[in-house]
Parts: sequence; structure tokens; C-alpha cells
Amino acid sequence: MMNERSWFRIGVLVLGFLFLYVPIVSLVVYSFNESRLVTVWGGFSTKWYAALMQNEQILGAAWLSLKVAALSATIAVALGTLAGMVLARFGPFRGRTLLSGLTTAPLVMPEVITGLSLLLLFVTMEQLIGWPAGRGMTTIVLAHITFTMAFVTVVVQSRLAQIDESLEEAAQDLGARPAKVFFLVTLPIIAPALLSGWLLAFTLSLDDLVISSFVAGPGSTTLPMVVFSKVRLGVSPDINALATILIAIVAVGVVIAGVAMSRQQKARDRDAQMALAANQQMIESMKRT
Amino acid sequence: MATSPRDNQVRFEPWKDPDAQPYVRIERVTKKFGDFVAVDDVTLDIYKKEIFCLLGASGCGKTTLLRMLAGFERPTQGRIFIDGVDVTAMPPYERPVNMMFQSYAIFPHMTVEQNVAFGLKQDRVAKAEITKRVGEMLDMVKLGQFAKRKPHQLSGGQRQRVALARALVKKPKLLLLDEPLAALDKKLREHTQFELINIQETLGVTFIVVTHDQEEAMTLSTRIGLMNHGEIVQVGTPTEIYEYPSSRFVAEFIGSVNMFEGRLTEDEPSYVRIGSDDLEQPIYVDHGVSSAPGATVWAAIRPEKMQMSREQPAGPDNWTAATVQDIAYMGDLSIYLLRLASGKVVRVTQPNAARHADERITWDERVYLSWDPTSPVVVTK
Amino acid sequence: MIARALKRVGITGRTLVTAVPYFWLLLFFLIPFVIVLKISFSDAQISMPPYQPLFAWIDEKVLQVQLNFANYAFLVEDNLYWKAYLNSIFVAGVSTLICLLIGYPMAYAIARTRPSTRNVLLLLVVLPFWTSFLLRVYAWIGILKNNGLLNNALMSLGIIDEPIRMLQTDFAVYVGIVYSYLPFMILPLYANLEKLDLTLLEAAADLGSRPWESFLKVTLPLSVPGIIAGCLLVFIPAVGEFVIPTLLGDPGMLMIGKVLWTEFFNNRDWPVASAVAIALLLFLVIPIMYYQRAQDAESGGGLHR
Repeated sequence: MMNERSWFRIGVLVLGFLFLYVPIVSLVVYSFNESRLVTVWGGFSTKWYAALMQNEQILGAAWLSLKVAALSATIAVALGTLAGMVLARFGPFRGRTLLSGLTTAPLVMPEVITGLSLLLLFVTMEQLIGWPAGRGMTTIVLAHITFTMAFVTVVVQSRLAQIDESLEEAAQDLGARPAKVFFLVTLPIIAPALLSGWLLAFTLSLDDLVISSFVAGPGSTTLPMVVFSKVRLGVSPDINALATILIAIVAVGVVIAGVAMSRQQKARDRDAQMALAANQQMIESMKRT
Repeated sequence: MATSPRDNQVRFEPWKDPDAQPYVRIERVTKKFGDFVAVDDVTLDIYKKEIFCLLGASGCGKTTLLRMLAGFERPTQGRIFIDGVDVTAMPPYERPVNMMFQSYAIFPHMTVEQNVAFGLKQDRVAKAEITKRVGEMLDMVKLGQFAKRKPHQLSGGQRQRVALARALVKKPKLLLLDEPLAALDKKLREHTQFELINIQETLGVTFIVVTHDQEEAMTLSTRIGLMNHGEIVQVGTPTEIYEYPSSRFVAEFIGSVNMFEGRLTEDEPSYVRIGSDDLEQPIYVDHGVSSAPGATVWAAIRPEKMQMSREQPAGPDNWTAATVQDIAYMGDLSIYLLRLASGKVVRVTQPNAARHADERITWDERVYLSWDPTSPVVVTK
Repeated sequence: MIARALKRVGITGRTLVTAVPYFWLLLFFLIPFVIVLKISFSDAQISMPPYQPLFAWIDEKVLQVQLNFANYAFLVEDNLYWKAYLNSIFVAGVSTLICLLIGYPMAYAIARTRPSTRNVLLLLVVLPFWTSFLLRVYAWIGILKNNGLLNNALMSLGIIDEPIRMLQTDFAVYVGIVYSYLPFMILPLYANLEKLDLTLLEAAADLGSRPWESFLKVTLPLSVPGIIAGCLLVFIPAVGEFVIPTLLGDPGMLMIGKVLWTEFFNNRDWPVASAVAIALLLFLVIPIMYYQRAQDAESGGGLHR
């Protein structure tokens, strides 16, 4: 039924999503533009992709960014999972409030503050203990672990909050020590949350400009830093090509995830029907006894 | 329905045997959460092969007590012994105790078979032995053909059986059941109750069941421990709890009851008389009561132990006049609400033995209410 | 084996599991702020690092702590900083409000569609978040430029005769902030509105209230926690925003994030940059704590009795 209210709803959604997606689509369209003047259409071309592939600076920065993102996301997932477990499962203890504050504050902390404070920490640490020596990939990874870990913690904590705690109690009751309970029961159940936490951390790290700018040293320029310095000087079509590649990767990833999820959903629906039928069978068999 | 093996045995009443050793001993256990006292100085002995029900409203401390037996909570004070061993400080994974959770807590990422085998694997039982015992257990709970299924492919009743099988396969000294039937629908619940009793008798495992459902407690248990505000208020067989409640709380918690407040007017070793402002004639009880004369007491009379008639009963005691205020027809029986002269409303149940309803007492009729001298239970608190 | 040995010393697995993330966050998140605080009391000098050490040993015996309030005095005296602070708060506040005005109807509309469509729409809201933030801001340069998409479109429609200057204005900064932070407003609002028990609205209608009244008297009050969460999630980071005003705004536009960046990278005055950071943090501490409390209450923080 189409009444006034559903028209309002559709209108809101159409306008809202246009706002969200027109800029992204325009990036993609102009990446195939022959003309150097980004907004004037000069015919279809893939020359900016070729130019991008020959840009050593961008390729080098992209490679560094990928390494940093993969490494920091992996460590952030490990630390974030521990923090999430502590917050969701260990009950009240002294210092819990502080820990919970330390995990949520980085979510909203302005990046300029986080970046500056981490740089000053690294400088001080180098003066005091000589490590980390200078600034480069190590300091970027440490900084990225710290701010992405907060996101992983939130994801893990909220997933754990949804899980029936008696699953873990049942495992203990059946003779598994706490560490074993974690690896045999908790971890397999929260694995999807850990995967999405990893992807989130990876994306955030790959995307970070401000914090990296503070803690990076000479010779450790990440992709967003290169992009930023180019973009500051004006529009350049090879950046559009880069954006299109990133968008394509995300889109493919989302489609794969979507298909996998709907498959799982279908399988679950089928199983639910089977369970219903089984239930019927059991009631029948009980009537007979 | 097969006859229960219990009927063929000599009465199973180890708590009456002075030489019997309790299997589970809860000794002056208290559990506090901050300022809140969840379990208050509970002492309880449970014997081997019992089905002991902890019964009470939600928040009465029964689940906390169960969780202390499983090892998930540490008592603030007191000790717990199982089969003579002090387990108070023992972690759950070392206790010879298994639990069936209210939510069943079946591992969603494992098949039925893997769920049941989990506990045996933790004990490093040999593979062949695991396969054998899991198979036997699944057959016992009639899930043999579902061994390879995942939990989300099972119905509620089947999940309950997986949880039961998983807890029993380790041959625990004690099985703890937290609201075992609460998630099942009514028909399935009744059937499962008897099945639980059968399994318990076959395996000879001691059961401790937590429930808020008095009917469930009555059907399942050898004895009931009724809890209120963290304390055990009465322990006894279902019959004892129903027929001989020790306090007003117990009498009112189990079933329904008419409670008459009064004073002892005559106090002899072989009988007492109680005068109540609500009743025209005194209550006569054919046994002595240990209470000071003149003290306030309560006489509790169950609705099914009261009779209605149109003629005034003979004798000086145990009757009163009343007016029918309301009738609820329940099929097998009818509930009458009768108003006394004092304004108090009394509940009486009458079985609908005859099909014709012509002579049945009806709305607004004046009737006489009477009861036997054996029916009232006198409580002093 | 190791576990037993540790247990004998009184260290349990639990303590270890707590200690590792705790230690990390203390070292890399809390201590840095202490250092920022210290350095904000220091003097700039031309060296590496470019500030005077805070501690000095007098005659190698007495530890002297030098506190220099000059940086803060400088912040208070110089109008530039005041203006930057106030302007940042104003811009962030207005952007938050616009985000709410756009985000609320969207979240509401998504929450009221069929569950199957709902997940797709939700995915569409989150999707831009997975692509680069920097590149999404960059996209607006192409749109807002004098010869950009928007001006071209308006001119070809005959609405305007010559391009309007949109890039490097406050307008562009608002567009950029709203665009970048909109998903952060929609998600908590959606999470809240989706939980709303629809029978409450039926009850309100049954008791005689019109749809508009039901919205004002039932839906809106119940969605306040979502509104607060969404607003804080947009407002707090927007105050310190650097990339958007730099790329889209007027070069002379004063935003505190930009000022901090300039002091640090261009003027190499680390102590003043630290003082700016501390002042900004002091201002944000209350909303951040408020946000943290709300988060904790939401996510199983019921552990606190």
C-alpha cells in the first residue's frame, strides 16, 4: 500500500542516498575521463590507470600502507579481543571503569590530539630507552594498533554481550579449563566478529592520514599522505583512478560477503524447516508410546 | 505409562535413616553480592539417588545455591561437601558435578555428537570409549539418528535432550538441573517429566533441580526444599510440604489455601480449639499444638478439604454459614468463592463427579461450610 | 607448567589477560597525554626535539621542575586561538545539527522498511565508510569547484549565469563534515529506532493520538539516547577536524585542528601545539566522558551495581 507516509519515506531515502553516493560515483566516472580537466568530459580513456601504475611514489606508499594495515589490524584484533573479553566477562574489578574509558575514548578523540600525543610519547621513549629508534613503520604500526584496537574492542564486546554466557559455563562444567574454554567455545563463536573487527581495523589504518603524518618519519610515507599532498595542490585524475580501484575492491568484498550471508541465511531457513518437521515426528512418536 | 520402579521397592526415605550419610552437604552457606544477601545461612543434606527440588519464586536464591554447587559462585561463608569431599574452593572444571542449563547452552558450532563428546574429551577418555559412550547416551535420549545434526536443526525438545545427554555422559556424582522444563510447551513438559524420572532411576544419579513451578517440583522430587529470601523455609516430601506446611508462607506458596487467624481457646495434648473472628463456630483440631494459650495462630484449610451443604451440620465445631459469591467451572472441578459474615472470602473446590448440574449449589445461595477435625493445619508463624 | 609456576607467585591467567591490553592502553594512550601536558609547560627551542627539557638537575642534586605557563598565556592573549576555538565549536555544532536533521528521517525511514530491504539499506549507509575518507572529501572538490559538477549543472539548467564560489567557503566545510559524518549519526539512531516497540504507537493511536502527535510524544522521547549518542559521535571528532577545513575551506578559516597542525608542522612550536591540544582536550573531556558512560550503560555495563 502506498500512502503519503511511505512516499515520504521513499523520498527521504532517495535524497539521502543520492547525497551519499553522487560524490563516489563522480569519482569513478571522471577516472575514465580523457581530459586532464577533471570536470570536463573529454571522452573515455583508461590512461590515468596506466599513469597510476607507473607512479613509483604512489605504488611504494600503497605497499607500505598495506603492510602497516595488515600488521596493525592483526595485533589490534589480538589486543582488542583480550580487552573485549575482560570488559564483557570478568565482572566488576578495580580499574574496570578506567579500562572501559581507555577503550572508548580513542573512538571519538580528535585525530590531531592522538597523533600529537603519540609522537611526543615516541620521542620521549627514544630519549629514555632508545626505542623506537627514530620514526618510521614501527611507530606508525604502534600508533595504528592503539587507535584501531578501540574499534575491535567495541565489536568484540558487543558480540560477547549477545552470547549466552552459560555456553562458556557449560564448557567449564564439562571439565574445560578457562583457557581451553576460550579456544574451544568462545573463539569459534565470535570468529565472524573478529573477522569484521580485523577488516574494520585494516580499513581504518589504510585510511589514516592525520595520526600517520605525526608519527611517520622521512622515508615512511603512507598512501593517504601521498594522496593528501597531491590533492592539496588541486584535482588530479590519477587520484580518481586510485579511488576507483579502492571502491571496486570494497564493492567486490561487499558482494562476496552479501552472497555468503544470504547463502547462510537460506541454509538456516532450510534447517529451521527440518527442525520443525523433526518436532512433528517426535510429537507423533510420543503419542504412540 | 510404565510403572515406576520406585513403587516396587521398599520406600526410598534415606533422610529418615539415622545411619545414612548425606551425599551432598551444604553447611551454613551464605552468599552476598555486595550488600545483597542472595543465600542466607543455608544448611541442607541431600542423599544419594534423590531428586531434590529447590523451589521458590524468582530471586529467592535457588539459582545462586545451584551455581555454588556447580562452582560458578564461591560461597561468602560456609562449606559444601560432595560425597565427603570439600568442594567449596574447587573450580567448576574439577568438580564431579554436571549441570543442565536453563538455556541448554548447547555449543552452536558443534554437532549433537560433538556436544555430547565434549566433556569426555576434556577428561582425555580414549577415542573408542568416547564413541561408545556417546552412542549409548544418544540412544538413551532417543537422539541416535540426529547425531550429525547441528543444534539449530533441532527442535526445543531435542535440544533439551542433547543438554541432558551431554551432562549425563560424564557419569557425574551429581546432576544439577536449572529449570529443566521451563522452555518446553505444556504437553511436552508433562511427558518429559516422567522421562527424566525414568532416566534418573536407570542411571542412579543424584539430581538437584531448581524450579519455580510447584507442579513440576511435586511430580519430580523425592523431597522439596522451599526457599524464600535466600533461606530454606521448609524441607520435606511433596506430601509433607502440601499437607503439613510449617508456616503460612509455605501453605500459601504451594497450592491454594484458606487461612483463618485466631487464638487458642482450649489447649490440650490431644486436641485444640481455635476461635476466629471470621467463623461462627470454633475450629476443632484433633491433635495438640505447641504454642502458648492465647497466642495468635493460623489455621490453614485447603479448598478441597471443605464441604458445602444446604443443611446445618450437627455439632458445635468446624462449620460456618456462607453465601455463594462466585463459581468458576473448570471442567473436572468447580471453584466456589463463598462470602462469610465477616466479609472474608473462602475458596472451596468441588469435583464435578456427576454430569447433571440440577442440584448443584448456585449463585447467591446460603450454604454451610464444614470440614473434618483432621483437615486444618495450625501454624504459628 | 608456566601457568602453575605463575599461579604460585599469585599471577593467574585472568590477571595476565587483563594486564596485557591494560598495559598497552596505559602506555600508548594515557601516558602520552601526561607527556603532552608536561611539554605544554615547556619552552620552544631550536633543537631536536624542539623544546626545553622539563626536568633539570641543579648541582646534580636537586631536581628542578620548570613550569612555564607562557604557552597558555599566549593562547589566552592571542585572539587567533580564541576565534579558532569558538569557530570550531560553532562549525561542529551546526554540522551536528544538520547531520541530525538529515540523519533522523533517514534512520527512521530505514527502521520502518521491511527487514530484508532494511539490511541492504543499512549496508548502503555503512559502505562509504569502508572507502577512503580522504578520497570522499576529495570528491567534493570536483563537485564544488568553480568549473565543477554542481556549478556546471546549475548553469546548464539556467539557474545561474556565472559560477558561484562554493569551494573554499564555510559552506563547503559544512557539506564536507555532514557528508563524512552522516553514517555516524544514522547508525546509533537506527539502532535505537529499530528497537522501538511498534505496539506503543498502536496504543497511542488507539488512545486517540494522530500519527504526528504519536511521533512527537512517543517515538521522539524514546529515541533521545540514540540522538545523544549520534550527536556526540559527530560533534567530538568534528571539533578537531583537520582534513576537511584544509581541503574544502578557505585558507584563512580558523579551525582548532588546523591551528594545531600549523603550530606543529609549519612553526615547529611543539610546546604551543601541546598547549592547544590540552586546551582542546579540556573542552572535550566532558562530552567524551558522557559518551563513554552512555556506551558503557548500553553495552552490558550493567555489571556496575
